[in-house]
Parts: sequence; structure tokens; C-alpha cells
Amino acid sequence: MLDPQIIFAGVLNGLLAGGIYVLVAVGLTLIYGVLHIINFAHGSLLMLAMYAVFFLWRLIGIDPYVALPVVIAGAFVFGFVLYRLVIGRFSHGRDENILLITLGLSIVIDNVALLFFGGDTQTIDVPYAGSFVELGAAFLPLPKLISFGASLLICAILGLYMAKSDTGKAIRAVAKERQGARLVGIDVDNIFAISYGIGIACLGAAACLLMPSYYVTPTSGHAFVLVAFTIVVLGGMGSFIGAAVGGFIIGITEALGGLFLGEQLGQIGISLIFILILLLKPTGLFGSKA
Amino acid sequence: MLEVRELSKSFGGLKAVDQASLDVRQGEIVGLIGPNGAGKTTLFAAIAGFHAPDAGHVAFEGKDITGLAPHRICAAGMVRTFQITQPFAKISVRENIMVGAYFRTADRKLAEREAEAVAGIVGMAGQLDQMGADLTVAGRKRLELARALATGPRLLLLDEVMAGLNPTEITEIVQVIREIRNSGITILLIEHVMQAVTSLAERVYVLNQGRMIAEGTPAAIAENAQVVEAYLGHGAAKVLRA
Amino acid sequence: MSRQALLCALGLAAAVIYPLVAPNYLINIGMMVFFVAFIGQSWNIAGGFAGQTSFGHVVFFGTGAYTSTILQVTYGWNPWLAWPAAMLAGGIVGWVIAFLSFRAGLRGSYFALITLAFAEVFRILANSVPFTRGGLGMLIKADQRPINFQFKEPIWIYYIALALCVISLLIAWQLTRNRFGARLVAIRENEDAARALGIDVFAEKVKVLTLSGAMCAAGGTFYAQKYLYIDPSIAFGVDKSVEMLLVSMVGGAGTIFGPLIGSVALTAINEITRWLASVVPALKNVQPLSLVVYGIMLVLIVARLPDGLMGLFRRKPRHA
Ligand SMILES: Nc1ncnc2c1ncn2[C@@H]1O[C@H](COP(=O)(O)OP(=O)(O)OP(=O)(O)O)[C@@H](O)[C@H]1O
Ligand SMILES: [Mg+2]
Repeated sequence: MLDPQIIFAGVLNGLLAGGIYVLVAVGLTLIYGVLHIINFAHGSLLMLAMYAVFFLWRLIGIDPYVALPVVIAGAFVFGFVLYRLVIGRFSHGRDENILLITLGLSIVIDNVALLFFGGDTQTIDVPYAGSFVELGAAFLPLPKLISFGASLLICAILGLYMAKSDTGKAIRAVAKERQGARLVGIDVDNIFAISYGIGIACLGAAACLLMPSYYVTPTSGHAFVLVAFTIVVLGGMGSFIGAAVGGFIIGITEALGGLFLGEQLGQIGISLIFILILLLKPTGLFGSKA
Repeated sequence: MLEVRELSKSFGGLKAVDQASLDVRQGEIVGLIGPNGAGKTTLFAAIAGFHAPDAGHVAFEGKDITGLAPHRICAAGMVRTFQITQPFAKISVRENIMVGAYFRTADRKLAEREAEAVAGIVGMAGQLDQMGADLTVAGRKRLELARALATGPRLLLLDEVMAGLNPTEITEIVQVIREIRNSGITILLIEHVMQAVTSLAERVYVLNQGRMIAEGTPAAIAENAQVVEAYLGHGAAKVLRA
Repeated sequence: MSRQALLCALGLAAAVIYPLVAPNYLINIGMMVFFVAFIGQSWNIAGGFAGQTSFGHVVFFGTGAYTSTILQVTYGWNPWLAWPAAMLAGGIVGWVIAFLSFRAGLRGSYFALITLAFAEVFRILANSVPFTRGGLGMLIKADQRPINFQFKEPIWIYYIALALCVISLLIAWQLTRNRFGARLVAIRENEDAARALGIDVFAEKVKVLTLSGAMCAAGGTFYAQKYLYIDPSIAFGVDKSVEMLLVSMVGGAGTIFGPLIGSVALTAINEITRWLASVVPALKNVQPLSLVVYGIMLVLIVARLPDGLMGLFRRKPRHA
């Protein structure tokens, strides 16, 4: 049996990782909730954003946390344009076709990254990378703690924005009743593009928060895409609360899986959760009807 | 032949079908009418195995078929068509009908011949090579009918095969339905085109807000105050009579 | 003989003569074309004909590769005997995945994603359990005799790939003219209508995935015998799943020759980028560029050309 203190530390670390997963998953679930498309390019776009953060630091020396506003804005514009130019034109018809289109996009993005950035693993050595905070028996890396807090703060701001702002209300109206929203004069296509942009902006934020303690390669997207889908399916497609709760559950599952089953086998928990949820309760924990 | 007893089906809080009963006897054409949203399509779907009913029974030729899967019900000899036509878009009319014909034979040549024969009956002989997606509304309605017919049913459930057709097309399809009945197939049909119901059906059932409110000959139904009110609103019958 | 039959006969004759006149490296390319067309066809039968898009078809491929390799390396089976066993294993995995997924009512994107997750589970297991030797992978002892399913001359492995490809084409051709195939297409086009017409949709979908899984597993064994090595990321990695899907979609999903055409196109693009890399030094990394092109083609084809490259050859359907 493992020492409870190690388990405690594992759970804390899982929570910290989960905090950032929440941000990734909120982006995905927002896109699904509003547009009803499953964005398979989500992981690849996150990878791209991580490279952006990396190059901002490498070329201009901007700290990832300082880069937050820039990357968020850039990611929003990128997502908005991507929707307008590509996804929006094709986001109709059979849902698996849209899945195939976003798969095609992810293939393009991954390989463009490989072409231009090479296959090497890139990291950022921020000066505070080695700092730890002691919490009981657990030593928590400072960057992970900062990122955790920042991620939750950003989620809260986003939640507030969705609840209070006019755009947020319009987005929720479109998510709920597309035709009705159109009838009351909401520019639905514009809301779609904005929602996609916000979804990708979440990835921009997540990239800034990940880079101080994580690394990026052109295949990083793969690592995140199944995790993000699992969170969203677990929480319930389209549910914000679900994404938040799911993010923490998956973060902890991953950490404990690694502790109990080892580095390799530990990853199986996520895929198994994904499969079991789809087979047994496809609406997830908080989802309404699929 | 078909006995439906106190069938109920709800969606959430909405009772789409509420203890509805009906009978269809061998060789009849029976009409099922009712205002929009009365639950007619839902009743069909529950009879044909597409919705598991919440309560009630369906028996076909004496056997209980309540809640059986659609393909089992088809095997028993009863097929439905769809109000919202569901053509196989990317294959030809011939291949569409063959899917139905394959129900009775695994042989391609036979299925093809059968499909062509059925196309002849419903008046689609000239459209065999058209794609399902390219059909007009009238064509799609006929295709629904043809595919169902090709499975060789003894009872056909037709859901508004005349909706969206012009008067000439309606006259044609009324003729087709009559011929189908004359070939020995019993028919239960949902229809809004009253003229067609009157000319085709021996008996008519009226569904309103999920409940069966009347049953009788078309002439009797047209006189029924409750029915008129169901269609035109409360008090309408009195006004009309006055 | 009809024009199509004549074309097929000519094509087959050319494919048979080709390795007699081509240098070894071209024979190898031809072999890869047919091999990828074969596994692509296994995807196409489920994804193209029956419309059950899978993102994790590699789960069958890897099951086949590992089954025959383990039987051979660990239990001393002859690979020719291990081959049908591998197909059986692939069929069983196909049956189980289909049974679970379709019983749960998964369709469309959800089915695609769950197959991806199953492949991931198999990859992680292959990486972790002792009898697959984990991440080290498995080596098959080189002993180049036909009885060992190993050949000195590439021509033989080429002919086997060709035979597999021809068999897969015959299967697809049969599907365009038998009842099972008609039912699969009906299910793809409209499940509700298919059910109304007496088709046991669940049973047919399970059947087609079993068939597809067995075929794909046969490809896995072939691959293991050709390279005499497999590891979890080759056998269960997402790349092969994507390759199968890509060649079918690009060539023309649900068409007989789609996967073959897609495979030819993929190989051609690969060779062109390789050539480009040799003349433009800046593009020394070949693989990505061809996949970029392929990804773009996938997007364009899904959006604009649902019958893939095959759609370009075929005349427009007659209109009223
Ligand atoms: N799958 C469903 N989920 C929820 N509600 C449904 C569903 N199908 C039908 N309903 C509701 O049940 C009621 C009955 O619908 P149904 O389609 O059976 O009516 P109908 O008599 O066929 O009407 P129409 O003449 O317009 O075809 C309607 O209020 C409809 O909105
Ligand atoms: Mg109706």
C-alpha cells in the first residue's frame, strides 16, 4: 500500500493539473454546446498556442504569464477567422463529416508544426520553475500553483461574461434555441464565430498556463485531445459545470493512475472512463439529452 | 388483424398518445385523422416498434407485438411509412425499393424484378434510375409507399402519403392505394386530405390530444360534433349547425 | 466482356507483370500501395459502405499483428497458421466493440470517438503487459523461407499484397451486388428507414464490423511479417487509423476502388514530396508535407466531393 502522504500529494498534483484541463475542456464544451460540432482539432490548436507561447518567450523574451492577454487575444482572432474561413462553411450536414473536417484540420496543423518547428521537445525555463510551495507533506511546484489559480480565475471571468454580458446572453440563447435566437434578431453566424473564437481563446490561456511547467512537441495535441474529450463527455457535452468537475476528476484520475499503475498503464484510466461513460451514461454527469 | 389497446406514450410531461385503442380488420382501409400534433405519428411509431409504449398493448394477427423491434414487426407482416420522407438519398429509386424487396429474398435478380414490379404499381417505372435525393415531394411519397410495399406486408401503415401533393397527384395516389388494397393488403392511413379519406376509408378513427375521440364511417365522422370541435375549436359545432 | 471488366483485367495483368520489370524499390512501393489499399478497404467496408466512421481502426490491425506475432514468437506457431488465428482475433475484437457500442446506441461522432478510445486502451495495454514485451516491441526472428512467411525476393511479398488487395476488391464488389451490401448502404443512408424495412440494424452493423476487423487484422499480420517487428505505437498508434480513413475518404468512401485510388494518390504525394525534399534542401523533412496535402484534401473532399477522387471519374448521376 502506498503511503497516504504520497497519495495526498498525488491528489493535490492531480487537482492542479485538472485546473488547467478545465480551461481546455470549457473551450471544447462551449464549442459543442453552441455549434453542436465536435472539434477534433482542439488538441492541435492547443499545441499551436503552446508554440506561440514558446516563441514569444524564446524570440522576444516574454514571460508566459505576461503573454496571457496577447495570446488570448491572438487565439480568439485565430479561432474567429478559422471559423469564418473554414469550419463555418462546412459545419452542416452529418456530424461525423464535421468531425472528419476537424480531423483534417488537425492533421494539417500537426504536420505544419512538424514541418516548421521540427519534432524536438521544447520547454521554457522560467526563473521560478524550480520554486516549490510546501503544503503539508506535498511540495507543489510554484508555476503549477499559479497556473491553477489563474485558470480558475479565467473560468470564473468567462462564466461571468457568459452570464452578464450581452454577447454572453446571445451565445446562451443560440445554444439553447438556434431558430428562436435567429427570429429575435441575433446574428447567429456571428455568434458561432465568436463562440468558436472564445473556445480557442481558452486554449490560448491554457497554453500560457501550461508552458511554464510543461513541454510542447508537434504531437502534444494528441496527448490532450482524448483527455479533453473525456472531460467533456464525463461532465456532459455542452455543460460548463460538467467541464469543471470533469476536469478535476480526470486530473486526479491521471495522477492516481500514474501512482498506482505506473507511468505507462496509468494512462489507461482516461480512455476507460471515456469508454465507460459513452457506453453507460452518454449524457455524462451534468448533461441534458444528447 | 390489428388490435391496439389503451396505448400510451409520453415525451417528458407531454402525453402524446393517451390510452388510444383501435382495430383494423383484414381487407379494410381504415383512416386515422386528427388535428396537427394530435399524436397520430407517435401512435404509428409506437405500433410499429419505433417507440416503446409506456402502457398498453398491440396485437397483430392475434400475436402480441408490443414493444418488439421494428424489424421483427416487419417480419410479422406490418410496415410503416414516414410522414417526413426518408429516402436513401445516394442510391437510385430501384436500389431504394430493392432494400425493401430484399426482405423477402436474398437473390439480387429476384429483388430487382420485384422492385421493378412494385415501381410499376406505384407509378414510378419511369424513375427507376433517379437518385433518391433528386425526387420531388410526390416522388418521395411514392418511394415511401413502394419500399414498404416491396417488403410484402399484409398491413400497411401509411403516414400522410398525400401531404404536399397537388390534386392530380392525389387522385393518382388514391387510385394506387385502392389497387394495393384490392391486391389483398390491409391499410391503415393517417391523412389530412379529408376528400381522400372519405373516398378511401371504410372506417375512420379520430385522435385529438392523444385521445381517441371518435370512430365511425366517414359520413358519420363528418357529422360528429366532437370531431368538428376538435378541428375548429370549442363551440364551432354549434356555430356551424346554426 | 463489359468495358469495366476489360479495364479490371488489364489493370490486374499490369499489376502482375509490373514486378517482373520494375526495380526493387519500385516493387516495394507497389507493395505498400496494395497493402494500404487493403487495410483501407477494411475501413471502407465499415466506414464507407455502412457509414460507421471509425477513428480507431488500428485496434484491429494491431490485434492481428500482435496475435500472429505472439503465437509465432512465444508459442512457436507457423505464421501461415497464425494468420487465420489473427483474423479470428480481429473479428472477435470487432464483434465486441461493435456489440458494446451499438448496444449503447452510439452513432456518428460518438462511435468514431469510442473506437479511438478502444485503440488507445489497446496501445496502453500493449505498452504495459509482459506478453507483448511492452514498449520494446517484438522481433520476429529472420529466417527468409516461404514456409516462414518471409521472402528473400520482394516480388513475393508484393504478390501477397496484390492478392490481399484483389480479395478486398472482390469483397467490396460483392457488397455492391448482394443483400448484405444493400442493407449496409441503407443503414448508412438512413437508419430509421432501414429499420422500418425490416433490417436488423444492430445485427448488420455488428456483422460488418466483425468482417472489417478480421480483414484489418489480416493486414496486421502481413505488416508484421514484412517488417519482422512491431511495437505498440506502430501496431496501435493513431497514424495507421488515420491512414486507413484517409485513403478511403480521399479515394472515395463507399466505392469499390476508393481505397486503392486513395492509396495510389497517397503514395504519389509521398514520392513527390520525397523528390521535392531532395531538390529543395529546406524541405528535408518529407513526411509532414505529404500529410499536410492529405489533410487539406480530406477537408476539401468531405466538404465538396463526397465520392472522393472516384467522384471525378464517375459520370454525374442522371437527373430528371
Ligand atoms: N420524439 C419526440 N420528442 C418529444 N416530443 C415529441 C416527439 N415526437 C412527437 N412529439 C410531440 O408529440 C405530439 C404529437 O406529435 P405527432 O407527430 O404524433 O402528431 P401528429 O398527429 O402526427 O401531427 P401532424 O398532423 O402534424 O403530423 C406533438 O406535440 C409533438 O411535438
Ligand atoms: Mg404526423
